Amino acid sequence: MNLHEYQAKALFADYGIPVPGHRVIRALDQLPSALEALGGQRWVVKAQAHAGGRGKAGGVKLTEGREATRDAVAALLGSRLVTYQTGPQGKPVNEVLLERPCDIDRELYLGMVVDRARRRVVVMASTEGGVEIEQVAASRPDKILQAVIHPLVGLQPYQCRDLAFGLGLRGEQIKQFTRILTALARLFHDKDLSLVEINPLVVTAQGDLLCIDAKINADDNALYRHEEIRALRDLRQEDPREVEASEWDLNYIALDGNIGCMVNGAGLAMATMDLIKLVGGSPANFLDVGGTATRERVAEAFKLILADHKVKGVLVNIFGGIVRCDIIADGIVGAVKEVEIQVPVVVRLEGTHAAQGREILARSGLEITAAADLTEAARTIVSLVNAS
Amino acid sequence: MSILVDKETRVICQGFTGRQGTFHSEQAIAYGTRLVGGVTPGKGGQTHLGLPVFDTVKQAVAATGADASMIYVPAPFCKDAVLEAIDAGLRLVVCITEGIPTLDMLEAKYVADEAGVRLIGPNCPGVITPGECKIGIMPGDVHRPGRIGIISRSGTLTYEAVKQTTDLGLGQSTCIGIGGDPIPGTSFVDCLRLFEADPGTDAILMVGEIGGTAEEEAAEYIQTAVNKPVVAYIAGVTAPKGKRMGHAGAIIAGGKGTAEEKYAALEAAGVTTTRSPAEMGVTLQRVLPGH
Repeated sequence: MNLHEYQAKALFADYGIPVPGHRVIRALDQLPSALEALGGQRWVVKAQAHAGGRGKAGGVKLTEGREATRDAVAALLGSRLVTYQTGPQGKPVNEVLLERPCDIDRELYLGMVVDRARRRVVVMASTEGGVEIEQVAASRPDKILQAVIHPLVGLQPYQCRDLAFGLGLRGEQIKQFTRILTALARLFHDKDLSLVEINPLVVTAQGDLLCIDAKINADDNALYRHEEIRALRDLRQEDPREVEASEWDLNYIALDGNIGCMVNGAGLAMATMDLIKLVGGSPANFLDVGGTATRERVAEAFKLILADHKVKGVLVNIFGGIVRCDIIADGIVGAVKEVEIQVPVVVRLEGTHAAQGREILARSGLEITAAADLTEAARTIVSLVNAS
Repeated sequence: MSILVDKETRVICQGFTGRQGTFHSEQAIAYGTRLVGGVTPGKGGQTHLGLPVFDTVKQAVAATGADASMIYVPAPFCKDAVLEAIDAGLRLVVCITEGIPTLDMLEAKYVADEAGVRLIGPNCPGVITPGECKIGIMPGDVHRPGRIGIISRSGTLTYEAVKQTTDLGLGQSTCIGIGGDPIPGTSFVDCLRLFEADPGTDAILMVGEIGGTAEEEAAEYIQTAVNKPVVAYIAGVTAPKGKRMGHAGAIIAGGKGTAEEKYAALEAAGVTTTRSPAEMGVTLQRVLPGH
């Protein structure tokens, strides 16, 4: 789960990690008092949206004077921000973060992530702050310093000092860096995070460390024990169909094609999309209907798939393992009747009682093509869709 | 021959009397798995499915001589269950449950490694040696004893691979679902090492997917240490970047973990790959000696 920058900074502040003075603006009438409270004549206006590349997309502005600031906030609030990560539809901007600017001496990078290959939480730091860390990793891997956190004893002060010296910090800055990184490790562990990035972590003209940006991803699997993090979920940033699917415990991800897919199991669902592509079609979605493909779930899955008007046909691929295929076939027939599907449907059933299942589909009197073979199923739906 | 489990493996079930534990224990018994008992704290002394129930894993091991456990407890309690199994001296712990926090697994995996315990999963279908021992949720009847080793990050896609080899009359030595989480207890490399050393395995089928670098690590290992033929299929060529494809670990993050990168690494290591999930079996058949 992604957090907004303002939410991440609020968590930082809770843990004593230094962030600039800020106010969150949800409506223009909140602006005068916020400007008053922050003081000064120059401010940073930052659109809050779940997307990288906000700066380049015009979502971050340095403004001078109240009128210009008001114009900048007014332009962003209620708009949709389009960055290289969002696709053409963009992400809605419902909040704007207003901050006191600071004079920057150096821009650093500090991140913490679950490193899958090493099976450890790893700290990454770099003197090349302010640019995408993936670019630094690709072009100048020597510029990325790392510290591996021991799973049982946690981050140690010497590791913080090691990084601080590597970043060229001096004197009081080393103590500040150690405090920030120690608090960050505590936050990561306490809240079950999967990624934290501070890019940039700046050294101000006064020589102090300050977190200018903040990015946090939390582990979805751990939300059950962090009600306070779950409450930060912003459904407006997510695809409404994916949100609806999650309410039914279905895994749905919209794609650009015209062949809807309903599959049990995530791996098989991806494989089915790949196969459609391989035989010349284009998948409209990823959808894992789960291990128990009951009539109710299958009906909801059909509704989700068909809500996408690009869909010209549906391929259902079910490997009935312990759940018998005849029971699944009954569910599919019931769901197709209930949803009144107007596009061709090809069903491939495999597993226990697959033959009986296919017979139920064939005898249903519905426009369902039952396929025994996976490749044949994919070819059939592609040709039916191309013919329509 | 086989790896990890066989007809001698004595298995207990943690979460034995729960709905999942009960259902899959029944299936395991029907398959012929030597299930010797189960654990549900507070229900010790009862009998369930004709087998003894214990309060703790230690009691179960002492009374039954079990050496393996299958875990069906809910996700919030899995770290505890895995640690209890390790502490009780089991050599193999198979965790089926999905949805375990990553940091829980990080710690459990560390303790398992320190203790030299083989942890499989979580979020996996389990492990099966056809005709001998089934620990997990896979449908037993698609398997058949044979000489192909199968390793997969998926569930139903594994059954698909198994069925394809079975239909070709090949059969499997052992099939391992290593699971779809970011921190699996057992990796492709671990399984490759075991299959390479197993005289009962002639060839290996790897079913990977997007996310992480486990397939790239496997490619590196295969190049240096595996002499048996390996065939690989990677799911997710059409998966978009930055979206979690059902499994917690199936995500292309920061431009890394794409199917194409994995195919490239495996092919460079001499692995025979197929782009079609419908041709995993026939591709494997073609690399077998004598074909």
